[in-house]
Amino acid sequence: MEEPVLDVRDLRTHFFTQDGVTRAVDGLSFTIAPGETLGIVGESGCGKSVTALSILRLLPAGLGRTVGGSITFGGRDLLTLDEAEMRRIRGDRIAMVFQEPMTSLNPVLTVGEQIAEAVMIHQSKSKSEAWARAAEMLTLVRIPDAARRVHDYPHQFSGGMRQRVMIAIALSCHPQLLIADEPTTALDVTIQAQILKLMLELKGRIGAAILLITHDLGVVAETCQRVIVMYAGRKVEEAPVEELFDRPLHPYTRGLMGSIPRHRPGIAPSRRLQEIPGIVPNLRAPVAGCAFAPRCPQATPRCAAEAPPLRRDATGHEVSCWEASP
Amino acid sequence: MLPVMAVVAVCVFLLLHLAPGDPASIIAGENVSPENIARIRTQLGLDLPVWKQFLVWVGALLTGDLGHSMFWGDPVASLIAQRAEPTISLAITTLLVAVFLAISLGVLAAARAGSLVDRLVMGFAVLGFSVPVFVVGYVLIFVFAINLKWLPVQGYVPIADGVGLWLRNLVLPSVALGMAYVALIARITRTTMLDVLAEDYMRTAKAKGVANRRMLFRHALKNAAVPIATVVGNGVALLIGGVVITETVFNIPGIGRLVVDAIARRDYPIIQGVIMVFSGVYVLVNLLVDLSYTLFDPRVRG
Repeated sequence: MEEPVLDVRDLRTHFFTQDGVTRAVDGLSFTIAPGETLGIVGESGCGKSVTALSILRLLPAGLGRTVGGSITFGGRDLLTLDEAEMRRIRGDRIAMVFQEPMTSLNPVLTVGEQIAEAVMIHQSKSKSEAWARAAEMLTLVRIPDAARRVHDYPHQFSGGMRQRVMIAIALSCHPQLLIADEPTTALDVTIQAQILKLMLELKGRIGAAILLITHDLGVVAETCQRVIVMYAGRKVEEAPVEELFDRPLHPYTRGLMGSIPRHRPGIAPSRRLQEIPGIVPNLRAPVAGCAFAPRCPQATPRCAAEAPPLRRDATGHEVSCWEASP
Repeated sequence: MLPVMAVVAVCVFLLLHLAPGDPASIIAGENVSPENIARIRTQLGLDLPVWKQFLVWVGALLTGDLGHSMFWGDPVASLIAQRAEPTISLAITTLLVAVFLAISLGVLAAARAGSLVDRLVMGFAVLGFSVPVFVVGYVLIFVFAINLKWLPVQGYVPIADGVGLWLRNLVLPSVALGMAYVALIARITRTTMLDVLAEDYMRTAKAKGVANRRMLFRHALKNAAVPIATVVGNGVALLIGGVVITETVFNIPGIGRLVVDAIARRDYPIIQGVIMVFSGVYVLVNLLVDLSYTLFDPRVRG
């Protein structure tokens, strides 16, 4: 197998609050191959965004801290780099697109400056070269009249357009890895598809790998090659995307699939939408067994007592469940 | 702007004429006959009803005439002009140094929120704002002028006599005057910067690999500029009030001293004139501040 772009091993990121320690990410391992699109899905609070922030070390200072594991990128463990080395990687080798296009751009700087800035920092280009690149990037993300619009401010763009600008910033230095944290969640459905298509197309052109964080299985089905399902800070299942949709093994994954409304033309919906009973567990309390056990329809006494290990089959389908085997 | 000035004019005039004290008897001195005092009153127009006096004053004011001093007889405008240099020197140096210092301290405190530096800066801010100008002034004189003999105790040297001397004499009064102002601006800078630093776009900047200094000054400070500029403008009131006290403490022959002396003599035209000039400056500064918003925030430009 090819050398992965990113190799995350046993990542543990905890939040230290007055009420105690929250284990937001609790022993997560995964790899991303060059040019691959890997999805991480899970409900709010399962640790998927924290994983993304941990990789670039962007956690809110003094609150969240990665306490264990390794994140190998380009032969180096990102967790051991000093801040200056980390800055050289951010925005250059690994770039990120955030969920909220409305608030993720600086309102008092022109979009041109915000794109050119990354180019100037990382590629020792002159101001005029960097601005030329900014206009080029805006054209690439299909903003009409780019040469003029580089001088506009974020408030002069719509939400979808701003997310295009964010993508332009992220891809301006041709990163090897693009982390997209719910990039389409805040957008209208019609715009969502456009943005996803654009990301995939540009990824192909630049040759970047994508780590796509989302709660939307539909987005995963359309864009990813491989998927990780996270629950309560841990990976419960991982599989190539068709495999996961054809043969979901973990009861949580099956629950997620059951909660997607499906509509086939001409056929009246025959069943009620299934929900997963209960709520996400409190991550401050230590979990002895499987974190999903309290909500699981198939739970046995063993599930509550002993944490199930991740088991893997020949196709690369991994699952962490006593009652399911790959 | 004009309505504000009109209200100021009415208030100043009424307050002064409601206050006890008679300029005529002060001018006349002791042991004079009531007839003499009455004559002086007629000369100064003080025998007219208050509303007539007001109309006379406002009528002149509208043509740009601030009137004549009751005591010196000189035009108020030229008295103010003669005393303007020390006051302008003091106000401008204090303003520049205070704004620069306060913003640096505020940014530093916000960047290291919760640290010892932050607590020292905020401690200083509370102190600077609570200790009155004259106390700071006398303490500074005691320590730096009398004990250490580094700087002159009192007085003012015009800039024409040498910039070095001029500055030496301005250091202590500027510090005394600027204390509260620095405290005020540093606090608002810290608070606003903390809000801005928590914004999503600051995380975006960090994710781009922007260095800390540039994050603070290019990305954050410009976003924090509008509230800071507002306080800088409002705080000018603090400076104007402080100038009067500072000039008295440091024996600086400026407009502040002019008005203090005029109050002692009930020299109404000078008091009214100076207050009109001060409030004009204040209103003008705040107009400039409002206009400066368009410089900082493209959304205001519309």
